[in-house]
This record gives sequence, structure tokens and C-alpha cells, in this order.
Amino acid sequence: MSVSIVRSGLLDVVQDGGRWGHQHEGINPGGAMDVVAMEVANALTGNAPSEAVIEMCFPAATLRFNQSACIALSGADFGALANGKPVPVHHTIMVPANTELTFAKNVRGAFAYLSVRGGFAIASWLGSKSTNLKAKAGAFGRALRAGDNLTFNAPQPEVSDMQIFPWSVANDFYYGTEIRCITGPEFDWLDEASWDAIVTSSFKLTSLSDRMGYRFESGPLKKNTTDELLSSAVMRGTVQLLPSGQIICLMADHQTTGGYPRILQVIGVDLPKLAQRRAHESVTFRLISLEEAEALWMEHCRLMGQIQSACRLKLKTILG
Amino acid sequence: MQFGNVLDERTNENALRFFFHLIKNRSDYWLDIIPAYTSVTLIYNVTSVRTRSSNAFSSVKQEIEQALHACDWNQQLPSRKVTIPVCYHSQLGLDIARMAEEKKTSESELINLHTQRTYRVFMIGFLPGFAYMGTVDKQLATPRLAQPRTNVPAGSVGVAGEQTGIYPLDSPGGWNIVGRTPLKLFDAQRTDPVLLQPGDVVQFVSISRKEFDGFSLANFNPVQS
Repeated sequence: MSVSIVRSGLLDVVQDGGRWGHQHEGINPGGAMDVVAMEVANALTGNAPSEAVIEMCFPAATLRFNQSACIALSGADFGALANGKPVPVHHTIMVPANTELTFAKNVRGAFAYLSVRGGFAIASWLGSKSTNLKAKAGAFGRALRAGDNLTFNAPQPEVSDMQIFPWSVANDFYYGTEIRCITGPEFDWLDEASWDAIVTSSFKLTSLSDRMGYRFESGPLKKNTTDELLSSAVMRGTVQLLPSGQIICLMADHQTTGGYPRILQVIGVDLPKLAQRRAHESVTFRLISLEEAEALWMEHCRLMGQIQSACRLKLKTILG
Repeated sequence: MQFGNVLDERTNENALRFFFHLIKNRSDYWLDIIPAYTSVTLIYNVTSVRTRSSNAFSSVKQEIEQALHACDWNQQLPSRKVTIPVCYHSQLGLDIARMAEEKKTSESELINLHTQRTYRVFMIGFLPGFAYMGTVDKQLATPRLAQPRTNVPAGSVGVAGEQTGIYPLDSPGGWNIVGRTPLKLFDAQRTDPVLLQPGDVVQFVSISRKEFDGFSLANFNPVQS
């Protein structure tokens, strides 16, 4: 009962909802870059929202299912093929034993997710199955590579032919280029022209972007002060002003503290949208209030709850 | 919560005092409490707070204000004492010879300066288990390297400005390396992977190269609480 890595991709890692409660020790939460995609993949296979999944970048791994499995793909569309036949993103799929899953084409997005019904049999480290690449701990403690074998937690339904269930979660879910933010603690360190620039310019994602942070290219922003910040806590979505006047948005593998001014905080709802942007794509920022951000988050939770119960119901009729 | 914006030990003590107060009175929907030099940051789960209140931020803010009121600001910090053996041999203390030369002093004088006082762990950051400690004697204080090293070995003890710290993992870094400890500041296999905690008081003890090479981790307990 397992899936094996036949050929490794650029960066394939096991991730879940993240590792909380250890940031005072310098251990970051990590977790899936696109949390919504992780939750959708898990909903489609009837898992708890934050169950561990395989996160892939393009070029992605080639995987082999050694037994039948109930799986789902979500997030980026990498033109998945199961034994050469196209498989869509955001559907529940049954694959028979000896299915080889390959990814042919970088169609859209940056991070793709694979979930398996019941999840993978992987021990938790500090309460999470997320891979922490810097600490070399959690799950495999490294990117997956050829020969790795991920055992399933639960028995899988037997099928002899691939079945793609006809219902799906909307595929354009949370795509877009407008990223909403609230002001960061040092927002007023920017001069007025830079305040304008934040909301009127577009910011191009550079190729120096990874799980730690997304760097943007823009006209340089300026501080109105010579004050320096003492290292303070940062989090996923914290936008820092670098000494060069460029900005970086910290992502899943961020350090727990940082000394650059924190000018913006991307709202939780829009972090997945940002995570799926690729190098050389542009985004714009829009400032909203904390109250609006909170309301958007609650609306998002309601929507995710609906998706989860709809999937549960559908799966029940098929799998019993 | 911001307790000031300049680094002095009093301000940091207040931040740490509040950190310990929050840890002791922790709510189940607080995800992380992160102390830094002069601040404490609380990460909370909006969804869980909203099950009890219609505005998560103002509800948490109110709780924090009550906690600031309830916190005993005259209390001694519940600090653990941690002893860290360090070999200052110039093969391991990659910068100690250069520092002695720059400061027109001897390596043994720098070792004396580094070991003669205890240091407070102000905060942990940068890497899992990287403790920012201070403050070192003015004579020992040294600016960061202009050209950071691409790889500093795990266990390296460094000085940057008036701070001292230990690299828990192999990492790029710009601190002046004065020695190396055989202790593992970070070990994923341990129940508590991180050795130093915010607020700890650290005493460095000089050991020889021979003691470093033959050091037995099993027979050494660095922490006295």
C-alpha cells in the first residue's frame, strides 16, 4: 500500500498544515505553500483539512502507485498523466495498481498537491508531518527522491481501471493578481511617495523566489527615517522592505524573526493566490482594514467548510 | 507588544517577563508566542477566537491588556542556567587570532573576556535554536564580517557587535567565530530539539582541543534549573 518516487522533481516535499508552537525556539511553522489547495486535495479524498500531502514544483516527480488508490490533485496544473492519460486537477480519482503518474506541462500555477485517501504513514515531528528543509527534520527531512516509498495510512478501494469522478471543486479557485494586505507595524516608516507606489504600481515577482520568500522588482521604495529595526517576529505574508528599496514577502519557510521594516502583511485569504504566482508574473497590492481581513477570513472558512461537507457527501455515496 | 525600541537588558527583561507570563496563562487558540529583543508577538487562530467573539482582534487585544496588567513586572525571571563548554583553539575559533591582532591583545585575554561573565538569551531566531545573547565586554565587541562565510560549522560560537551566539546548524553566517562547542544546540532527534530557550543564562567554559575531541555528550548535563 504505497506510492513510490520513480524520478525526483525540482522540489517535491511532504507538507501539512504546519508546525505551530515552536517559533520562540526559531522553528518556523512551514507547511503547504498553498494551504487552500492542500485543503481541497484533502477534501476530495475525504481527509482532515491539514492531512499531509505531497507538494510539487515543476518539473514534478514521476510517481508509481504500487496498489490501487483514491487520490486527488490540486493547486497548480502541471498537465498530469496517469499511464499517459490526462487527469484533471480538483477531481477525486481512483487509480489502479501500477499507475505511473507523470507531469508533462507547466500549464498554470507554481505548487501542485497530491493527496491520498487516509494520508501517508509518516511520523510527526513536533506535532507536524511538514518537511523542514533547514532543520532536516519532519517527514523525510529532505526533498523526496527516486526510490522513496510513501506508505498509505488506510486501505484503498480496489479498481482495475482509472475512474475520474465527474464532480469537482472549481478549478479557477483563488486565482488572481490582486493581493490584499493590511499595514505592517513599520508601514509609516515609508515616505508618502512610497505609500502611493505600494497601491498604484505593479510588482513583478523575480526568479529569486522560493518557499522562504517571494522577492519583487519595482521602483525602489524609500524610508522616511534612518531608524533601524531591532529583530522582531515575522510571519508568512509579512512584506519586508530590503535596504535596496525592493520588497520581499515571506512565505512558508520564513525565518521566525527579522530585522527589516515590516511594511505590509498579506491577508491569509490571499496567501494561496500569491503562492501560485510564478517568477516574472506581476501582482498589485490593495490595502484593507483588519476588520475586513477578518471578515474575509471567516467567509473563506465558511466556503472551505461547504466544500468539505459537499465532498464528504459525494464520497459517501461512492465509497460507502 | 512593543516594550521599547532600543536594545537594553531592562527592556528585554520586560519582554521576557511578559513572554513567561503568557506561556503560563496560555489560551488554547494562541498558536505561537514569540519574544524578541524588545517585543513579544502573539499569533492567534482567528477561526477559534471567532467561536467566542465577533471580533477576534479586539478580543485578543483585550486579553493582552488584561495580561499586561496582571503580569508581575518586579518578578525575577525564571531563568535556567546553562553551561556551555567551548574550545577556543584557533583551528575552531576561526577568527580569534585575527581579533586578538586587531585588538592588540592575546587570544587568552579574549577567552577570559568571553568566559568571565554570564549572558542572557535575549531571543531565538535566524535558525532553529540560534540564541542571540549578550552583552559581551566592550573590548570583545567586534562588528560582523564584511564578507559573510558561505558555511559556518554547527557549534561555532560567534561574536557580532556586543552579542554572542552559537550556530546550531551548518549555515552561512557573518559572525566572528571565537570557538566551537561540542554540544548540539539543535538535535531533531531529542525530545526538546532546541537546547537554549529565551531567558536562559549562559556560562561559557573553556575546554582544550583534547577535551573537545573526546567530549562525551552522554555524560554532560548543561542545564541547571
